[in-house]
Amino acid sequence: MDDLDRRLINRLQLGLPLVRQPWQALALELDSSSAELLDRLHELLNDGVLTRFGPMFDVERLGGAFTLAALAVPEARFEAVAEQLAAMPEVAHNYRREHHLNMWFVLACASEQAIRDSLLRIERLTGLVPLNLPKEETYHVGLYFPV
Amino acid sequence: MNKPLSEQQSLALRRLLESGLPLASRPFQALAEQIDAGERQVLEQIRQWQGQGLFRRVGLVVNHRALGFAANAMLVLDVPDALVDEVGRRLGKAPGINLCYQRPRRLPQWQYNLFCMIHGRQRERVEAQVQALLAEHLLDDLPHQLLFSTQLFKQCGGRFTAPAGACIDG
Repeated sequence: MDDLDRRLINRLQLGLPLVRQPWQALALELDSSSAELLDRLHELLNDGVLTRFGPMFDVERLGGAFTLAALAVPEARFEAVAEQLAAMPEVAHNYRREHHLNMWFVLACASEQAIRDSLLRIERLTGLVPLNLPKEETYHVGLYFPV
Repeated sequence: MNKPLSEQQSLALRRLLESGLPLASRPFQALAEQIDAGERQVLEQIRQWQGQGLFRRVGLVVNHRALGFAANAMLVLDVPDALVDEVGRRLGKAPGINLCYQRPRRLPQWQYNLFCMIHGRQRERVEAQVQALLAEHLLDDLPHQLLFSTQLFKQCGGRFTAPAGACIDG
């Protein structure tokens, strides 16, 4: 990754201009050419440095229900419980965190009812009671990783 | 002159956009060809969707670990209910805070109601950043904890929303 890649990543995180020739607009800004920028983007996606280029849909507007949940998993069972969750399609991501509540995961389901069912299933499956922490208010969403 | 897309066309456009924007010098023209519409119609529809908040921007999902953002911290605070909106809005604007939400307390197991996500390259730097942030906003007296993630088991499954591409954050 060189300086142009970095500038491209930083710039695209702010959003592509919605004009007929967006790459020409960016090429001017970044002192490059459309073809060069498109090549770079293609490479970065291929290499897995970037995992998506496109509209960042607001998942809540697409319908569905989400929650953040946490479990206090006994250390000896940690891997096994992580595998149980990994097998559930509605578990979107799962992090180990340094806390008594050591497993933190997101559930994405079609409805609130499906979230409740899923939490119960996890409880039955693991014998551990998940703490359900749904979003009550959003103050800021703006993932930005300056590189 | 610039008539809106038919319902069928806009549905088809939505589907196409779920897999991303074409890597073409005129991406909206490329999309238009696929749904038998005009470039301007497509651009107009996409601008409209963005204006309505269907998506925030046409941008990127970065593999933050591949880019060296290995320190992923969740800052949680116990903020008095009367202040949580104000504090949430302020922290949400602070540089380095990627996400900021209010969530319920679950006493006695969980006392915190404000959650902020911070991604950094080094743990020590993130710790220092959080200390400075709390001091700046006069929040250091509030009960708070910083929970670093040490392992990621599943990044972005979520079959239900997978087509949208964006990583969800509950």
